Amino acid sequence: MDIDRYERMWIVLSAAVLISLMLALTYSIYGLDIRLIGDAGQVDPASVTLRPPFDKPGVYMEGPGRYRVVMVARAWSFQPAEVRVPAGADVTFQVTSLDVIHGFRIPYTTINQMIVPGQVSEISYRFDEPGEHVLFCHEYCGVGHHVMEGRIIVEPASAATD
Amino acid sequence: MNPQAQPPTDDAQGALAELYRPDSLHIRIFIYISFVLLAVGGVFGTLQALDKMKVDLYRFLPGTLQLYYTGLTAHGVLLALLFTGTFIIGFLSLALVHGLRRPLADRGLAWATLAVAVTGALALLVTIFRNDATVLFTFYAPLQAHPGFYAGLVLVALATWMAALNAWITWRAWKREHPGERTPLMAFAVLATWAMWVLASAGLAVALLVYLLPWSIGQAEQVNPLLTRALFWFTGHPLVYFWLLPAYVSWYTMLPAQVGGRLFSESLARLVFVLFVVLATPTGLHHMYVDPGVPHGFKLLHGVMTYAVIFPSLVTAFTVVASVEEGARRRGGRGYVLWLLALPWLSNPSVAGQLLAMLIFATGGITGLINSSLNMNLIVHNTLWVVGHLHTQVAGAVTLTFMAVSYWLVPLLSGRELWGRKWAVLQVWTWFFGTAVMARGMHWMGLASAPRRTFLTYARYAELFGEWQWGGVLTAAGGVLMTVSGALFLFIMLRTALGRTAAQPLTVPEARPLLEPRGLPRWLDRISPWFALGAVLAAAAWLPSLLRMAAHYPTVQGFQLW
Repeated sequence: MDIDRYERMWIVLSAAVLISLMLALTYSIYGLDIRLIGDAGQVDPASVTLRPPFDKPGVYMEGPGRYRVVMVARAWSFQPAEVRVPAGADVTFQVTSLDVIHGFRIPYTTINQMIVPGQVSEISYRFDEPGEHVLFCHEYCGVGHHVMEGRIIVEPASAATD
Repeated sequence: MNPQAQPPTDDAQGALAELYRPDSLHIRIFIYISFVLLAVGGVFGTLQALDKMKVDLYRFLPGTLQLYYTGLTAHGVLLALLFTGTFIIGFLSLALVHGLRRPLADRGLAWATLAVAVTGALALLVTIFRNDATVLFTFYAPLQAHPGFYAGLVLVALATWMAALNAWITWRAWKREHPGERTPLMAFAVLATWAMWVLASAGLAVALLVYLLPWSIGQAEQVNPLLTRALFWFTGHPLVYFWLLPAYVSWYTMLPAQVGGRLFSESLARLVFVLFVVLATPTGLHHMYVDPGVPHGFKLLHGVMTYAVIFPSLVTAFTVVASVEEGARRRGGRGYVLWLLALPWLSNPSVAGQLLAMLIFATGGITGLINSSLNMNLIVHNTLWVVGHLHTQVAGAVTLTFMAVSYWLVPLLSGRELWGRKWAVLQVWTWFFGTAVMARGMHWMGLASAPRRTFLTYARYAELFGEWQWGGVLTAAGGVLMTVSGALFLFIMLRTALGRTAAQPLTVPEARPLLEPRGLPRWLDRISPWFALGAVLAAAAWLPSLLRMAAHYPTVQGFQLW
């Protein structure tokens, strides 16, 4: 098989670029520990609201500076629709769906995940600055999809305890 | 030996016209149907683009056409599945007939393919416009459509397999007639495209036949949402390569001849096509990077494999551009870069359209690398950025190539002269700019977190994002320009189909290789070993996840939320 000299150079260069990118990707996952949402367990969608933790959606303080937000998504709202957490705290969102597939996006953060019925989506984040964030659904879930939203209110660290 | 070694004489042209005649009618019907689908699907695209700058034209429409998400379902199904599918079946059939210099082996099967495709398309259109299937073209369960919708999808998929089967038996017949001969490149490329698709569509087949169709008719009470979603993406990502490879068939085996050049390297062209057969399928989990219940390691594996499938496209960038450059130099082009000016950018709509399609395809390749990076994907997943990327590839690279091909294909099939060559040049340029501007707007909005698939005019939170405004204006402006350009395309096709009879029969442009590939290894004339390797890789990359999902993940009832 004859390959032109320039084409051979191009092929080697292409392969080298792609392999470097693959290595960079692998390094970002295992070296820099950038974690995507993984497998956080399954729930029975029919009885999910009868059992902990999804029987009582809300914001729970788990320890100093550590909060757990238990949330359910359904057409076309999030419950709780408003979440208050202090700035600088480590917040873990634990979300599932009561009906169809939904999305869970807080703009300008790395919180961007799917909510699938029967699955628990778990993701952690730290809001460093006080302020208000909007949370919305970004997967089509029926005619009311575009009104499915919530609020995350990040309070100054000293003010928030309840 | 090589039928294209001499420039075709009138006799040769007449012989080729005779060769096409038996299959020309069903091919022509496929192509015309694809144009109708393009027209209907495109209208909804315009409305959606205007929504991004908060202009709601739906209010003025009657009945179910008022519904944004119904129109969005129609847009995706009509364009991404049906327009592409019907055009591809027609175009690949002709390319195979020309490549092998023999008619399709089973004409009855070819007409049956058409009947099945039309029935499937009608089932889809009826269920969608009756508002019984507002589930978008991804139909994620547990959103549950009317059984007719899933049956329509099965029939359309079946039509593609029937076309693939016809290609295969035609090739077998050719092999018997030409023992020991190498399969001509154009036919080889067509067969590789079908092989890739048959392997890739296995996921869709299982999703529809084993899960969704039985569930929609009540045979099963519940459905496994994550499993059916994964099976969708098993096919859903390589679906893009099923759109793209027919464009590659044109770029490699036809375009060089259209610019007066030769194919730079036949061996590498073959390598590129077989690499798609091997690498296309183990990639789809990169659409599910942020899904729960999918193990991390498999997400990374599919990410790496997605990078690998960029490789054949990078090779294409060299081979196709070098082939075009050779043509440009024969036309008097000089210099390192200025040879580009010797190409018929303003005189040949078929060439200009394909060159512009490649240009926009290159930008989509880069955004594709970003999407398949696990970490950067967190910023863009399910935003309008992804829609921008998709449109550079499908509307830009693929559809623009199909339009450009139509400028010789429709005159060839109808025996009519192309009407309005200058208008056609204007058409490909406006489509190019329209797609580029619209995609720029979508990328801009997506980086500012604007969600895809959302009726933004009525999303209250949209008011909080002033930064979406200008991206929305660009999206709408580009979309309107595409609408004008698309209408112009359809008008040119109509005038051509009803126009003056051509003085001379046209033939498929076919590029000769620059160097006769004497040293072509036998493994570049085979498809089945590559198919087997692709199947092994697909099984390794998908089966562990799919089996776990099927065995352990909860099932749920269906919902109609529209």
